[in-house]
Amino acid sequence: MDAFLHQVVAGLATGGIYAAVALALVMIYQSTHLVNFAQGEMAMFSTYIAWAMIQEGMPYWIAFVLAVAISLVGGIAIQRFIIRPVSNASVLTVVVVFIGLLAIFNAMAGWFWSHTIKVFPSPFPEKPVFGKLISNHEMGTLGVTLVVLILLYVFFKYTPLGLAMRAAAQNPISSRLVGVRVSWMLALGWGLAAAIGAIAGMMVAPIVYLDPNMMGGILLYGFASALLGGIDNPWGAVLGGFIVGVLENVLGAYVIGTELKLTVALVIIVAVLTVKPSGLFGKVIVTRV
Amino acid sequence: MKIDNRLLALAAIVVACVLPMFLRNFQVFQLTLAMVYAIAILGLTMLTGFNGQISLGHGAFYAIGAYTAAILMDRFGVPYWATLPVAGVVCLVAGFLFGLPALRLEGLYLALATFALGTALPQLLKYKLIEGWTGGVQGIVIIKPDPPFDLPISQDRWLYYFTLFVLLVMFVIGQNILRGRMGRAMVAIRDQPMAAAAMGVDTAMVKSLTFGISALYTGVAGALGAIVIQFVAPDSFNIFLSISFVVGMVIGGVGSIAGAIFGGLFIQFVPNVAEAVSKSAPWAIYGIFLIVFMFIMPGGMAAFFKLIWTKIGGKV
Repeated sequence: MDAFLHQVVAGLATGGIYAAVALALVMIYQSTHLVNFAQGEMAMFSTYIAWAMIQEGMPYWIAFVLAVAISLVGGIAIQRFIIRPVSNASVLTVVVVFIGLLAIFNAMAGWFWSHTIKVFPSPFPEKPVFGKLISNHEMGTLGVTLVVLILLYVFFKYTPLGLAMRAAAQNPISSRLVGVRVSWMLALGWGLAAAIGAIAGMMVAPIVYLDPNMMGGILLYGFASALLGGIDNPWGAVLGGFIVGVLENVLGAYVIGTELKLTVALVIIVAVLTVKPSGLFGKVIVTRV
Repeated sequence: MKIDNRLLALAAIVVACVLPMFLRNFQVFQLTLAMVYAIAILGLTMLTGFNGQISLGHGAFYAIGAYTAAILMDRFGVPYWATLPVAGVVCLVAGFLFGLPALRLEGLYLALATFALGTALPQLLKYKLIEGWTGGVQGIVIIKPDPPFDLPISQDRWLYYFTLFVLLVMFVIGQNILRGRMGRAMVAIRDQPMAAAAMGVDTAMVKSLTFGISALYTGVAGALGAIVIQFVAPDSFNIFLSISFVVGMVIGGVGSIAGAIFGGLFIQFVPNVAEAVSKSAPWAIYGIFLIVFMFIMPGGMAAFFKLIWTKIGGKV
């Protein structure tokens, strides 16, 4: 029973990371109805930036904050210069541009920092504080995820900027009429998504180790989580992340083994898309014919 | 001066036939691979370019084709040429089956599902229950076929001509499919699904079938690729292989049959040149090309050459 409980708790911890990635995806989806295939590689690149700063002797949390800030600015810049010009183009064009970004970030990380696998430090102490059930890093990851969620909630619910962003996502035309700079709100959405992705990357890197391909599987789980929860619903995406995390861990430990973990994500994605495309909590899209 | 398109194609074929005589074995091998990729890209462009279904996971069908050929040759001693039709049929069925749930998915979601397929596949190929067939992480080594009838040419050259033959057959068939009733239905569904359905096009059937045919092309390419490289292993069929095909399709020209050839040549030779700079350079260049082409030349190389061609007085 203890072993099972441990699997569930560990699943919640990785689920927190998936939830963060899913949240980043939802953030972009809500405002532009696009799924960012480069989200994982952007997060990986942010993690490398943090790693490089820590290598230079910077304290972990300062590097953490700086990496998040750089990602925020970087995300905004990507939206302004690369995504905005194609925002009215066909789906294929946008998908190809995303794939281009994915390739560029992957290549740049390999170019700057080589393809060898690196150890990324965990900011949480080694010595177990919470007993055998949960490691400090798992607990810390959960804590960081929750803090991010609360901050986002407060930001979107109680600040004028958050309100403007929600308005721009929901009704761009009316928002523009009342003076919201919609295009900049979208860019800010990209920035926030990149920042959240960076946090997810830095939380997962101590577990999977740092290399240019580290986010491939994580992104897949992020997709699965976002779809499961409903890709237009942030809370659903977060819940989806936790469900997928636990599911992955428990299935991996007792049913199918660790070798087919990615297939679980594939099955979840295809199953949700075909059986219930709106996910558990998403809005059902009705098209007028 | 009006020159017919067919004449141009004929000239290209003649050049392709003569070319290996002036090249070293390794260069012939590289050209063979470029043709293999061209067939795979033609499959992808049928699906994405003509039918508008975005696939980011076509490497999966390439892998299925490659493994079918490798297992048949390694386990059952089937001659190499006989593995191609089998690989094609296996992929046709696999593609058709994946195409059925894909019917419900619009552009972006299909891209997502196929992306997941492409990412998950290497792990699936390593699965230990099928290890007896696939050789697990080690993969399967295949013996290079000898030229038949004691032809006095090297194995690489023979494979080159064999691949060229398959390529020509596949492209002629592809041309006929795409120019015919089926191709018109595919394009109609891409541009106006509702109007196509109203005109009596069986949308579901055509879309699934297109998925199947597309997978067949890519699968045959995979089988050829396995024979040419003499080796299959799970990690060579990762998501970046699928992305390479997308790169080839975009560079060659989305929805252009001849563009597939440019695409094949591009993804075979550009990385070789770029790797001289850095191991990561090819992918950086791919990424930049993808974005730049989407911004300034969405028609790809095919559209670019067509433009030059019409400028100098050629007939299209």
